[in-house]
Amino acid sequence: MLRTASRVRERVDRLEIPFDAQGLDPFGIRKKDLIRSYTVLHALYRHYFTVGVHGIEHVPPRGRAMLVGNHSGGWAVDALMVMAACFFEMEPPRLVQSMADKFLGAMPFVSHLTARTGHLVGLPENAVHLLERDRLLMVFPEGARGTAKLYWERNSLLDFGTGFLRLALQTGTPIIPFGFLGGGDAIPTVVNLVRLGKRLGVPYVPVTPWGLAVPRPARLSVRFGTPLRFEGTGNEEDGWVLRRVEQVRDAVRDLMDRGEARS
Amino acid sequence: MRVLIAGISSPVGRHVAEILVRHHHEVVGVDRRPWPDARPEIRVHPVDIRKRQAEEVFRTFRPEVVIHMATVTHLERSTHERYRINLHGTRSVFDACARHGAERAVFVGRHTLYGAAPDAPLYHREDSPPMASTTFPELADLVAADLYASQALWRQPALDTVVLRIVYQLGPTSVGTLPSYLRGPRVPTVLGFDPLFQFMHERDMARAVAQAATHPGLRGVFNVAGPRPMPLSDLIRGVGRRRVPVPEPVLGGLLGRFGLPRLPRGAIEHLKHPVVVDDAAFREATGFSAHYDGPETMEAFARAHPV
Repeated sequence: MLRTASRVRERVDRLEIPFDAQGLDPFGIRKKDLIRSYTVLHALYRHYFTVGVHGIEHVPPRGRAMLVGNHSGGWAVDALMVMAACFFEMEPPRLVQSMADKFLGAMPFVSHLTARTGHLVGLPENAVHLLERDRLLMVFPEGARGTAKLYWERNSLLDFGTGFLRLALQTGTPIIPFGFLGGGDAIPTVVNLVRLGKRLGVPYVPVTPWGLAVPRPARLSVRFGTPLRFEGTGNEEDGWVLRRVEQVRDAVRDLMDRGEARS
Repeated sequence: MRVLIAGISSPVGRHVAEILVRHHHEVVGVDRRPWPDARPEIRVHPVDIRKRQAEEVFRTFRPEVVIHMATVTHLERSTHERYRINLHGTRSVFDACARHGAERAVFVGRHTLYGAAPDAPLYHREDSPPMASTTFPELADLVAADLYASQALWRQPALDTVVLRIVYQLGPTSVGTLPSYLRGPRVPTVLGFDPLFQFMHERDMARAVAQAATHPGLRGVFNVAGPRPMPLSDLIRGVGRRRVPVPEPVLGGLLGRFGLPRLPRGAIEHLKHPVVVDDAAFREATGFSAHYDGPETMEAFARAHPV
């Protein structure tokens, strides 16, 4: 663990994030917290799960970019593994910043951790601010409904929202589609408890055959595709935007299918 | 230029006056609080800005620039009185500006008007809606005063109005929201939350106000900030205090006891979620940049207020 921590520290030092002398960036990301959380992520990514990563070369080494993919698994396993892949496989490593669900910001400890590791609340203002500063954003356009997929729906793909595409157009950001598989095997949700979730301040509580949504050490795969670039202002009509959203969704579907054909 | 400062006797008001005099401006102050050791070239009239005597100061001095920093917070006054001082006082200042031919009015407001919430953007630009009154009723009068001042941009087109929304002030003096919160040896926080805080040295704040008062052609609403925002826990450690994280349901009952500061309930939201502003517009318009960084500012406070 100690050796891992020093290796993680070395990678954190190579991130192209404008940290100040105190190891803090303007969005409240702190080196110390990155080292801690990526050390834990390393254990999950390298030892607990078996993660296959394909096409990481499609993620640009620097400059603004948006990772757009499907949700897989009852909670953020998919997001964590994409973060780990970009951090441990890329040279230099890149920090993925996700657009967090609003309820996370209201939860004690969770809000603290997400804020210190670069995951801001999913608001257009935050996304634009990050992209204008050439950060790497991760978006799941299926939204929270995506993580609510049950085991037998695990490889389905829900409708995408349009917000991400308008933001990409507005900021001139390339979209890197990815397909994620295996989250539903790690956390095979049989039912989501919505009422209990409400009382706990989360959208729902996923339940697996063994009760709690503790993931089992499954085989996971993430496949990145070639960047998609769209020209526009972000102010186009819904129909025009929707056609481009469908292109992104088709790309994600295709990457998921290619992953399935492999396994 | 002839500059009138309402609220000149506050620590920042005094710094602003000194800076302006050093740059050869003529400065007159209006404040009910005295400033006994003011330099002789700064005249301070001990009158209330809402009263007839203040109008007489406008009439005789005929200021070209008026700086309004005579607002108070919930730490100092009751609700009713705050509305009278903050909202009616602001109205009196803008009315007097119109009647006596002032060319510029600078309203010194606070960044907390944007409010703290889990679903608010991290960086507020000037067009962010002021949400503070929804969660923090004790700020509603300041929100109203800020918006009233901003209205002057279209209501009094001949007047160059500058509304500043400035981050927390910190430094050697002990007045102000953040210094009072940090004064005791133990500082309560909400368990599981560590929001970003944004503050600037009181001297930098004074320089920003002076710059807003004299920069040619400036008008509009501007956020003003200094060093980068930092987590509350770092700030508390930086001023040599001990952080006492308390579960939120317990915190309300503990405030004001056991040597912990008194805070209204609404303030708890500001201990959970950040209020951070984007000050790019002000820096671009005036070229302002802070002299003191975060550690220097915290040290200035810690040295003046040892535990």
